Amino acid sequence: MDNLDQLINEARTAFDAVADAAALEQAKARFLGKNGLITEQLKALGKLAPEEKRERGAAVNRAKTAIEQALEARREGLRQVALAAQLAAERLDVTLPGRGSALGGLHPVSRTLERIEQLFHSIGFVVADGPEIETDWHNFTALNVPPNHPARSMQDTFFLEGEKDVLLRTHTSPVQIRSLLAHVARYRDADPMPDLRLIAPGRVYRVDSDATHSPMFHQVEGLWVGEDVSFADLKGVVADFLRKFFETEQLQVRFRPSFFPFTEPSAEIDVAFMGGALEGRWLEVAGCGMVHPNVLRSGGIDPERYTGFAFGFGPDRLTMLRYGVDDLRLFFEGDLRFLAQFR
Amino acid sequence: MQFSENWLRTFVDPALDSEALGHLMTMAGLEVEEAHPVAPPFSGVVVAQIVTAEKHPGADKLKLCKVDVGAAEPLQIVCGAPNAVAGMKVPCAKVGAELPGGFAIGPARLRGVESFGMLCSAHELGLSDDHAGLLPLPEDAPVGMDIRQYLDLDDVSFEIKLTPNRADCLSLTGVAREVAALTGAPFTPAPLALVPATLDARRAIVLDAPKACPRYCGRVIGGVNAKAPTPAWMKDRLQRSGIRSISALVDITNYVMLELGQPLHAFDDTRLTGAIHVRLPRPGEALLLLNEQTIKPTPDTLLIADESRALALAGIMGGEETGITLETTEVFLESAFFAPEAITGRARAYGFASDASHRYERGVDFQLQRPAIERATQLILEICGGAAGPVEEARAEADLPRRDEVALRPARVRKVLGIALDDDTMRALLERVSLQVRNLAAELRVRPPAFRFDIEIEADLIEEVARLYGYGNIPAPAPRGELAMLASTESARSDWTVRHRLAGRGFQEVVNFAFVEAAWERDFCANAAPIRLANPIAGQMDTMRSSLIAGLIANVVTNRKRQQNRVRVFEIGRCFARCDKAEGRAGEEIPGFWQPRRLAALAAGTALPEQWGEPARAVDFYDLKADLDTLFAPRALTFAPIEHPALHPGRAASVALDGQLIGVIGEIHPVWVQRYALGTAPIAFEVELDAALAAVKPASGDISRMPAVSRDLALVVPTSVSAEQVLNALREAAPATVREIALFDLYQGKGVEPDHKSLAFRIFMQDTQRTLEDAEVDEAVSGLLRHVERAVGGRLRV
Repeated sequence: MDNLDQLINEARTAFDAVADAAALEQAKARFLGKNGLITEQLKALGKLAPEEKRERGAAVNRAKTAIEQALEARREGLRQVALAAQLAAERLDVTLPGRGSALGGLHPVSRTLERIEQLFHSIGFVVADGPEIETDWHNFTALNVPPNHPARSMQDTFFLEGEKDVLLRTHTSPVQIRSLLAHVARYRDADPMPDLRLIAPGRVYRVDSDATHSPMFHQVEGLWVGEDVSFADLKGVVADFLRKFFETEQLQVRFRPSFFPFTEPSAEIDVAFMGGALEGRWLEVAGCGMVHPNVLRSGGIDPERYTGFAFGFGPDRLTMLRYGVDDLRLFFEGDLRFLAQFR
Repeated sequence: MQFSENWLRTFVDPALDSEALGHLMTMAGLEVEEAHPVAPPFSGVVVAQIVTAEKHPGADKLKLCKVDVGAAEPLQIVCGAPNAVAGMKVPCAKVGAELPGGFAIGPARLRGVESFGMLCSAHELGLSDDHAGLLPLPEDAPVGMDIRQYLDLDDVSFEIKLTPNRADCLSLTGVAREVAALTGAPFTPAPLALVPATLDARRAIVLDAPKACPRYCGRVIGGVNAKAPTPAWMKDRLQRSGIRSISALVDITNYVMLELGQPLHAFDDTRLTGAIHVRLPRPGEALLLLNEQTIKPTPDTLLIADESRALALAGIMGGEETGITLETTEVFLESAFFAPEAITGRARAYGFASDASHRYERGVDFQLQRPAIERATQLILEICGGAAGPVEEARAEADLPRRDEVALRPARVRKVLGIALDDDTMRALLERVSLQVRNLAAELRVRPPAFRFDIEIEADLIEEVARLYGYGNIPAPAPRGELAMLASTESARSDWTVRHRLAGRGFQEVVNFAFVEAAWERDFCANAAPIRLANPIAGQMDTMRSSLIAGLIANVVTNRKRQQNRVRVFEIGRCFARCDKAEGRAGEEIPGFWQPRRLAALAAGTALPEQWGEPARAVDFYDLKADLDTLFAPRALTFAPIEHPALHPGRAASVALDGQLIGVIGEIHPVWVQRYALGTAPIAFEVELDAALAAVKPASGDISRMPAVSRDLALVVPTSVSAEQVLNALREAAPATVREIALFDLYQGKGVEPDHKSLAFRIFMQDTQRTLEDAEVDEAVSGLLRHVERAVGGRLRV
């Protein structure tokens, strides 16, 4: 066996024997260093005859390359070991909870209102708003409820101390009047006036308090006024909304004659679920009707030319039905244990 | 309106069971709120007579009875009721009977004696709570007859919720008329006979206010026995219609009111002086009412008076001094029409309501007064005896309500309802409810009957057509409209974006009442003159809030009571304040009241939820400030110290956006933390919602490819100098190449003299076109230093 092959074997053995990178570098010096065994072989070439020199030179260089490869392989091996050790040492308990803050959430009624807005937005309804301290005119008179009308006693009103003509709005319907007046002003020169389609969610107030009545609660008003808006359209829109809101085409929806001073014909809307805890019971969810001609006139609209429908939903009630809440008062108590369920 | 189904069926008897009848009424707008059977199911109970009642040989408290149930032989029955005596008629459950609750009656042996049935109390039959003794039946009760038949127990008490427009259904006659129209079943009106006068007693009637009272019928009935018992059938019908039996005369007036819809009043004629006047009050007049309330009538309250004094509140309530008693023998009976406008709201103003005012406010048939007084007279003579004088009728023809024809365009009906309904069908529908219809060119002319007060315009008739056609028969198609897209603007975001951002930072939305305790307004807003409610629901809810913060503090209190000490809440809602003049701000729709929409958030307890990886520390000002800054980012807010009644004076700041004040932020004042037991001091902010909804549309600029350079500057300034002042000074002096100045350290203590602090800034510099040279960077930094020294007395920390 050639002494060069022996040298290569020796180097491989020496490299494999080291425990770490420092020892490997020392072992490397023994073969490839300034006075290393390979270096000596190269130096010894000078003493040889040219023929012999070329042949021997090539052999020494092959040996050097082989030793260098062995060195590099061993280096890589050591790196892998070190990396494996590091990774093992850095192992985390991935089941520990994450660090930092937690998520908050929207109020359950807000969830409902956001869905209502999205659903109506999808068929071109805009969102309108109005003041909660409202004038008697906007809240009653303009809505076809003149002073002393028996219908005023249907909605027990909060009044302000020392004020005659303002009150806390008892419903979101005054937004109808404000929006109609604004719409008419905006499209004074348009013929025909474009349709007005809006919903008006908000807080309303009545002197009433028990498990199903809160002195402050939410309503969503809806209004569509145009040249060709009918009671059939009202039924179509409201029934579609309710089925989409409750995410069931199986929902039964019925319209029942009723009376509101601001609509005629008027209806109350009942729904019945085909399954679940409330199966088969008729539940009242809204009032609606064709906008009364006097209301259109209050809003500056010619009731001969334009017709419209309006509806008023109780989003608190919709929220209770949808999420199985059985006491309205929970919505207004600020109990985080209750509210956090709706994140 | 409550009534007995069987009573209704004496007027109209459609082939519908109780449930179907209820559904029919509900779907026609007479909403059935309750329908409860008069008696629970039971069977095998008959009218029986106790023949003998002897002491039980083996028990002191039991009796051994022989009972006639109409069979060949009397039954032997053991009975424990104290009131069981021979001769008495009682209900008897025979062997084989089933009592309420499924209790079966069989032969039994009681203390050694056989018993074949059970004598029953009203309680045992589920008729009332009275279990003191056997239910005594009248002497003429036919022995052997099924008790359900005898007491008419297969009956349902309906309660319908009538809308204010359907006053015509506030009587059995009215409901029956409606049911007949809806079903086609024949309608049999109440028996109406004229009672001829056999007594020459009369009392003149003067209509002093004919607009308010255009028709008044009166009649004297003499020699009546007010103590006569009310017949059982009348008592039952009244009771099943929610009216307590009082005395025969009162019961008869109530009965006729329920039957026909005409309120009646009976005076004791001997207490009246001279003619009856229907008039407005005189100054200083007072009246003691039947409910023992003395009122001073307002000038617009109509009175019934005689020549000496006021007797009654017309159409609302009678007076105590002239009412009938059990001693009354001479009755003056009133049957009048009062205009709704003359009655509406009056009773409410005095704090009560009556069955009469309820009907008059909504409208009573103005042709009903005479038939009703005749019907009542007939019943009085039958039940209480006596003799009737002639009916006196005072009438102001011109002031009676008019029933003008209302025009109905069939094409309009089709357009408004969205249905194809032909003219003839429409006409037929209207005629079913006693509307007189004639065709006139392309229109229908419709005259409503006297009992309908809700048909004045075309829309009223369209509603009537829809109701009779059936709302359920109108289709519900998807609507058709123009498909123009709605506007979507990037310079405004919706409040949903704001809500979701805050929820994302750990805040829970709450909804608090807009009315609060006056103390909250005083403590947290220093509001000595808040807006107050005239009729609050409770004393601690009598003040309109001018800030959302107090409500959030109350949420902390509530949750701490429930062991929830870490509270992060926010609310979006209106606040309310008086303002002098319209300043054109949003939220000032009602002159004199500013009601802006606000957003407030509050954090209390630990900064982070309890966790293993972060040390627990209380939330502080800067935590919440970061929440607020993030909410408005990328727009920058500015802060300046302020005084605020709710907040710690050294830890409160005004919040401004683009130079406009938009709110406050701060730590709750230690005094309130202690008084309201809030634990660690909560931090809160409140801003105008409109400011939070404004947004900026982003615009792209050049991103420099040149290398950036940064230099750190630690500046020592007196503690009284704010970080913002130093930052502003740096910005003022910064050349265009300074891209960003970031504060990265604050230090006080060793190495920095007392009353001073060190602020460390990192200055990032970069040019868009070339690499900056060291010299110009150094020059810029020295410039910054010089300016800071001049502006705020800052110097480089060494």
